[in-house]
Formats: sequence, C-alpha cells, structure tokens
Amino acid sequence: MADQKQFCTFYLDNHMFGVKVEQVQEVFRYQEMTTVPLAPAVVRGLINLRGQIITAIDLRQRLGMVPLTGDKLPMNVVVRTEDGVVSLLVDEIGDVLEVPEDVYERPPETIPREVRQLVLGVYKLTGKLLLILDSEKAVNVNTGALMT
Amino acid sequence: MTNSENTEPVAPDLTPDENSSQGDGMGEIVNEFLVESYENLDQLDQDLINLEQDPSDINILSSIFRTIHTIKGTCGFIGFTKLESVAHIGESLLGKLRDGELKLDPARTSALLAMVDAIRQMLSCIESDGNEGSVDYSGLVETLTRLQTDAVAGTTVEPVAPAPVSPARADDAEPVKPSAEIDEDMEPIVNEFLVESYENLDRLDKDLIELEQDPGNKEILSSIFRTIHTIKGTCGFIGLNKLERVAHVGENLLGKLRDGELAFNPPRTSALLAMVDAIRQMLGCIESKRNEGDVDYSSLVDTLGKLLTEEGSAQVAASASAPVVENKEEREFVPAAEKVDRRQSTPEEQEEFVAQHGDKRATPDRRKETRGVADSSIRVDVDILDRLMNLVGELVLARNQILQYAPAQADSTFIATSQHLNLVTTELQEGVMKTRMQPIGNIWSKFPRVVRDLSMSVGKKIRLEMEGKDTELDKTLIEAIKDPLTHIVRNSCDHGIETPEKRLASGKDEEGVLLLRAFHEGGQVNIEIIDDGSGIDPEKIKKIALSKNVISQEQADRMGDRELVNLIFAPGFSTAEKVTNVSGRGVGMDVVRTNIEKIGGSVDIQSVPGKGTTLRVKIPLTLAIIPALIITTAGERYAIPQVNLLELVRLDGNQAKKSIEMIQGAPVYRLRGSLLPLVSLNDELKVAKEESDAVNIVVLHADDRQFGLVVEGISDTEEIVVKPLGKQLKGISAFSGATIMGDGKLALILDVMGLAQKAHVIAEHQEKTIVKSSTAQGSGGDRRTLLIFGLQADDRIAIPLSEVARLEEFKRSDVERSGDQDVVQYRGEIMPLIYLKKVLNVRTATEDSKKELMQAIVFTKNDRSVGLVVERIIDIVEEVVTVKRGANRKGVLGTIVVQNRVTDLLDVENVVLAADPSFGVATKAVALAEEV
Repeated sequence: MADQKQFCTFYLDNHMFGVKVEQVQEVFRYQEMTTVPLAPAVVRGLINLRGQIITAIDLRQRLGMVPLTGDKLPMNVVVRTEDGVVSLLVDEIGDVLEVPEDVYERPPETIPREVRQLVLGVYKLTGKLLLILDSEKAVNVNTGALMT
Repeated sequence: MTNSENTEPVAPDLTPDENSSQGDGMGEIVNEFLVESYENLDQLDQDLINLEQDPSDINILSSIFRTIHTIKGTCGFIGFTKLESVAHIGESLLGKLRDGELKLDPARTSALLAMVDAIRQMLSCIESDGNEGSVDYSGLVETLTRLQTDAVAGTTVEPVAPAPVSPARADDAEPVKPSAEIDEDMEPIVNEFLVESYENLDRLDKDLIELEQDPGNKEILSSIFRTIHTIKGTCGFIGLNKLERVAHVGENLLGKLRDGELAFNPPRTSALLAMVDAIRQMLGCIESKRNEGDVDYSSLVDTLGKLLTEEGSAQVAASASAPVVENKEEREFVPAAEKVDRRQSTPEEQEEFVAQHGDKRATPDRRKETRGVADSSIRVDVDILDRLMNLVGELVLARNQILQYAPAQADSTFIATSQHLNLVTTELQEGVMKTRMQPIGNIWSKFPRVVRDLSMSVGKKIRLEMEGKDTELDKTLIEAIKDPLTHIVRNSCDHGIETPEKRLASGKDEEGVLLLRAFHEGGQVNIEIIDDGSGIDPEKIKKIALSKNVISQEQADRMGDRELVNLIFAPGFSTAEKVTNVSGRGVGMDVVRTNIEKIGGSVDIQSVPGKGTTLRVKIPLTLAIIPALIITTAGERYAIPQVNLLELVRLDGNQAKKSIEMIQGAPVYRLRGSLLPLVSLNDELKVAKEESDAVNIVVLHADDRQFGLVVEGISDTEEIVVKPLGKQLKGISAFSGATIMGDGKLALILDVMGLAQKAHVIAEHQEKTIVKSSTAQGSGGDRRTLLIFGLQADDRIAIPLSEVARLEEFKRSDVERSGDQDVVQYRGEIMPLIYLKKVLNVRTATEDSKKELMQAIVFTKNDRSVGLVVERIIDIVEEVVTVKRGANRKGVLGTIVVQNRVTDLLDVENVVLAADPSFGVATKAVALAEEV
C-alpha cells in the first residue's frame, strides 16, 4: 500500500491548497489584525494568539493572486515553521484529506512563477487538484529586500 | 572477614575498576562540584586580594583555606588527581600562612592567584571535555612548593602525596580557634556551613535507611562517608570540637563499613542515625545559641566506638583507637571488598543504645521557632524562573485587560475583585522579579583581582572601593554588563589613574582610588565608576578625534567640553596612544556603549582634568517588563520605552505654527534655546497624516542626541511586556518588538535608536544634524550630494557627486607628457590631466603641490575620461543647493553655502572644454547650471 499522507486543505481563489497536517497548529476564523507600517505587503499584520504575537501572511499576495474581493474576510491557518509560528491568511478552510502517494506529481512548468516557487507538488484527486504549499518558503519573506 | 588490601593506602591513580564504578552516578557529583567550585573560586579571588591588604586577617585566610581544602577533598574523591595535586600544594602553603609560619607577600599572593587560575582552567576543561586537560602545571606546583619551603618551618611537603592533610589542619586550627563559641567574623562561614550541613543531613537520613535495605550499595556508602567527612572537616576548621568528635567516630565506623570490614546491621544503622540526630541537634544549637550546646554525647561516641571495636580484628582495633583519623584520605574510597561480615549485635547492646539515644531523636526541633537557615534558601533552575517570569507577564496582560473592562461594569463585587487582582498581580510581579535579582557584587567580586593584576603590571597603586554591592538587578542584565564593566574598570586603571610619581607630582596621594558605586534611582540601576586620576583632556580628545577623522574641524569647533569627552564612545576612537595589553584589546569604548545600549541602558562620562573621571552607567532593572509611553498615530498605538523618553511638549494651534521653524525643509523646534530636530512619526512610518492644530512632541534621546518625535496623540504610561516580532518583520529597524495592550490588541514598540537612524538624526555622517541646525539658507531646492574639495589651504569648491566617476590618486612620477598636455595611463587608456589650479587661476601661497601623490577627480563623458587634479578632497555632503548666480569667475557656476561655509560650485564641463577643447562633449553647462 502506497503511503497515505494527510493534508490540511484550504482554498485560495478557487484553488485547493494543502499543507502537511503535522505542520498546522490550528485554524480559526478572521481575527482583527494590527497592521505593521513599513512591513512588506505580504505581511498583513500581527495577531494576538492567546498572548503570543504571530505574523499574518497574506497568501494571495504571496502567490501573486488578486486580493480577496467584497467583504469576505480571510481565515487563519496557523503553521509551525522554522521561523516560528506564522498565520497564513486563506479564503476558506477545507477538510483534512488523506491522499495516496501515487497521484502525486511535480508542479507543471506552465503555472505562474510565484506559485511554482511555493508549490511542492500536485495531487491529482478526482475532480480537482490539490496543490501542496511549501510553508517554509511561503513564510520566508525577506524584509530587507522589500524595504528601501 | 576482612580484606587485608584495605589497610594499605591506595595509590592516587585510579584503578580502571574504580573508574567504571564511578559510572553515571558520578556525573551529577561532578556537576555539583563544578558549580560549587566556580562559586568558591570567585570568592577566592576576592579573598586573596583582601588578604594581601590585611595579611593578618585570620578569618579570610581560614575561608580561603577551607575553600581550597574542599576543592582538594572533592577532587581526590572524584579522582581528579592533577587538580588535586595543585590544590593540595596550595592548601599546604595556605596552612602555613594561617599558622603564622609564613608571611603573605606579593610573590605568594601571585602564586596563589595563579593557582586559582590553574584550578579554574582545569575546571573548565572538566566541564567541556570531562577531563582535566593536558596543561602541565608542574611549574606552578614547584613555585608553590618553593614558596613554602623558603620559610622557617621544617615541614616538607610532598607535592602530590595523598597525605592526611585535613585532620592535621583541623588540629592545627585549634590554637587559632580554641573556643567553641563562634567568632562574629566567622558568622558567614558558619551560616554557610549550617545550610550545607542541614541539606546533607536530610540526605543522610534517607541514605542510611536505603543502605540498611541494600547494605552492599557502595555508592550510597561513599556518599554518606563523604558527607560526614565534610562535616567533620569543617567542624574541625571552625573549631566545633564536640561536633567534630561525634562526626569523627561516625566517619570511622562508616569507613569500616565501606571497606567491607564491617557489615551493616540494625544497631549500627541506629547508631549512625543517632549520630545524624546528634549532629542536627548541635547544628540547631549553633544556629540559635552560637555554640554546640551542653548535651553530653560521650555515650554516643562510646557506642559508635564500641560498634567499631567489637569486631576484634587487630588492624581494625588499631585504627579505631587512634585519636585522629588516619585512614581518612579520600582516595581510600576504593570499595575493594564486597565481603560482608554479618555481625550480630547482642540484644543488650541494642537496649542500651536505645536507652541512651532514643530520646535524642524525640528532641523537639528547635528550628521550628524561627525558620532555619537551610529552610530559608533553595536552589532553583533559572529556566523555571524564566518560565515563571513569562507567565507573570501573561498575568499582567490579563490583569490589564480586566482593569480596562472593570469600570464599565456595574457589579461592585467584580470591581472590588479586579482591584484585588490588580494588587496581587503587582506584588506577584515584583516577587517573581526579585527571584531573578542578583546583587551586583556577584560580578564586582572579580574586580579586585582585575585591578590588582593591572596595577601590578603597569606599576600603579590603585585602591578599589565598592559601594552598594547589594544593589540588585536581573540576572540576565548582570551577565550582560559584566564585560562592559570590566572594560571600563580596565580603562580607568590603565588610562585614568596615573603612576605614583605623577600623582605625587600633582599633589595627590600616591595611591589612586577607583570607586565602584551602585544604587537604584528612578527604577533604574545606576553604576558609577569613579577614579581620581588625571581626567580626560577635551583638547587632547579633540586632536585625536580630528586625526582619526571621527569628527570634522567644524564639528569640533562647535562641541562643548562634555561632548568632546563623550567622543571616547565614538566608533573608531581609542585614546590609547600605545596599544597596551591592558586595554588595547580591540574592544573600544564604542563597543562598551553599544553593549550597554543593547540592554536598554545608557552610559555617560564626566571628567574634570586633573581631578578624575566619572563614568555613569544606567541600566533598567529588568528587560521583560518595561515602562513605556503609549502614543497614537494614524489610529494605531505605539509604545515608546520610557528609558528613551525625556519630556513631552504640546503646542497648540498658533503656537505650533510660530514655534516650529523650517531649516531647509527640516522642521526644528526651539526647546529652551537649543534647536531640537523634529521627526514626524507618520512620515517615518509612511502612514497617512491627520491634520490637526495641536502638535505633540515626544522628546527622545538616542545615542546622546535629542530629537522630537511628532505624534498625533499621547495616552498614558504603562508597564508593557516585550514580545519579539516574527522573523518576517525583524528587518524593520523602527520596531523593537510588540506588546499586548489592555484591550487585547497589539501595539508595536518603537525602537528609538532605529527610528533616529532611519530619520538620520544619528547619521553615518554626523554632519547631518549640524547641517540641520546651521543657519537657514531659505527652504526649497533639491537636496544634492556634493563632493567638496580644495585647491588651497582653506578654500572649498563643490562638484555634484553625480558628475564624478571616481576619485584617484596618482604618483607624480607616473605623469607623462603628450603634446602640451600632462597625461597618465589609466585603466589601459591615456587620460589627460587638468590642473584646476591653473584653470581657475588659483595662486598658491606656498608651492606645496609637489607632494608625491596627486589627488584627481575623474570625470567621464562619452567614454572619455579626464582627471581633474585638486589639492585635497574634503568631504561628501548632502545639501540643499541654492545657487547665487552671476558668478564672475571663469569655471565657476556660482557660489553656494555648504555647512555654513561659502563654497564655489565648479562648472565641470566648461572647465574640461577650456582645458581640452577636443573633449567632445555636448555643451551642457547651462543645463547643469539649471539643474543645480
């Protein structure tokens, strides 16, 4: 039996993304954020998570997608990374999926560069694709380069 | 049956057997030993220095002796023979000193200090590698040996012999301390002894019981033996003879048991427990009455003795009847024989024993009345304290939230409860903070040694005085200021205090005084390092600063004496005329300041030439929770650490318009006569500005400079808990962290230093602030970066830096001629040189242009380069340029004012064309002029 892996899924601009379930600390609805002046645009703000201050990264922006429209508010997927606990802002949170290894494929070359850089691979599920996000890379925002 | 091997003293080398028996259980003992020894060594350094001052002080000497003895004993026990041999020889010397056979002189002190260093070195080897290291200390051992044989006494000391030193010492100590009453000066030692012993006794009880269950357990036996031995040794040393006697027979019995000569049985265990009780009882007496009490323990001693001798074995009897312990060397810990001789004690004996000692155990605990020394202190892991501190931080936040919520509630019980919570939290916070507090004396204790060594090596006489040793501050801060303080102290000794000759010549006492003073003031810890040395000459500082290009001449002229003196903290400044091994260690005072500022502190220096120098270091009490001013701007709150705060200024409507003046586009405010550069927080953070009539200025200081931060609103001061920012935001220098406010929302903590740098209040070129405060040239105009150079001694000519390709130096000998032009070979091309002096008709008063090196400004256009030869390059400045047109000189576009000095603006292209018409460039001189 091929390896089964569990992914916590979420949606961004109608695409289904996933991060390894072990990396996810928790998910929660929109919470007010404190904006940080001078911060890179992908950093939406700081969140007070039970006394811990975590940075919220706008994943849409990070992946070069258009901002969330209307009065829809993003949700938080809190992931543990080498750089500490970070919240990823997503459109909507999906299920935890268990997927077989044999439908895995490397990301195709044709998808936009911003996306390809942050996507580890694709699982071809029935009816849809599951893009696996490289959360380490996604939260690695180089402030130095973005500041003048 | 006994094993005959045991009667032989065992060689110092550990048998492999023994090594393996140490096993993992030793690891803990070794660690404990390391911790204890490090503490002791710090104390030792200080004691030795004190002793040198007052060689007759028997208390200090005794304390030193005891420390070394303990180290030696433990080493022997663990099996660190090298360390032991060093400690042993030191102990011998100390013993002679204590007994008055020898006198302490500088040579001996130095040797003893060297010994302390050697021990420390070995300890760190043990800590890192688990062994004593490969350094050879035989030289030191020899020195120490020589220093004691030089003297009268006929006692010869074998360097590494496992001689029974301690009992002899204990006996020797008696004439010194004949009375069992404790000298008041001994108090600290006795208290320490009490704490230690109580701890040990508690363990002993447990160990003895365990041992009875498992009589073969050598590890427990050794531990018990060691404990009793330590108690015995210390008693003898302090002069508690009665206690010593009891411990001594107990030790003898334990020795036999350990060596397998005797076996454990209930009467022996009971007797030993009774001994533990007796010791405890005596300790109780010592603690409360300062003597051993008048209970007679001779029957206990007898019993213990009987239990020992009844075996009847000849060698056992012989050793037991000896008045002093003979087989007490720690090395004898070889549990060689496992053979256990089950000896039955008679029922009568047991009965007798109970009759004699049973009541002792029922003796009410005297320590219950006042809390005992041992009960009043406890060792706690720092990690636990850190965690506690974090939790208290959380609690403070929760408290703040509740307090904010409470006034809106009608429920009076709730309000009262929240008030109570407030009080308790505040007290808890203080309490937890106190647990992390340590007296500054902990780091000061090494300074006497530093000062002594230093003054010896530079031939000065320096007396170190300390005030406020008990001043407490957070452990992490203590660690952080250790090195900067050491550096300052070194500096003061090296540069501050003069040689005795110089001091006498200037009518001072031969001996210089270095005073360390610590005290609390305004929620901060102040540490002053005061010397009565030569002081700092501002003129000298000025010269050095100029020669090292730390400041420019203009700046120097403007600086007051105090500012000049504070230049010693500037990067790239070191007043040491010659690099000494003392303070020339590549660490400048700038590093000192940086390190102190890193922990939110500040350092200031004041000096009176000829009288002395005072360095004042101010640091916060703790780092985790800091008082901060909360301000608002663009709807968000920000916290400004109170340490950076000087004052608040609020200007209303008209007042604001009038009193904020613009200097070349930079707003300034006249604060009590001096100009305060203003920085708008909104601008710096690039957030939208709200127009309002009033202006709130937060006057801050960073890096010795003041500036006003213009914010929209000022709320309150609050205690905030500093939380770090994620890595994604670390690069933003304007923020140092974030905190959670009472309402659960977040506020960013402004990094005043970073903000000041960002706003160029503290610029790389320190010119900047001076430019800002220089006289107005009228606002408007673009900022341009100009290269300032000169053709004569004191003229200034500017050229836009954008026109400059490179700055080069050419050797005069490299200049060749081509036609009627001077040229040099430059990057594979032939580059013509233009002597600006000729072009501009500058007459030089002195013909000084024959310097070996020529400065040239390379001007490149259309792939052709030309070198403009100038006399000197002065500076590069950023300046708002307003040209006064109508220049009447050829080659000059006009005159501008840069840094308060009239400066000619060079018409580069025309100059080039005039000198070299072939330089095919489009005539853009006019364009340049307009651009400028």
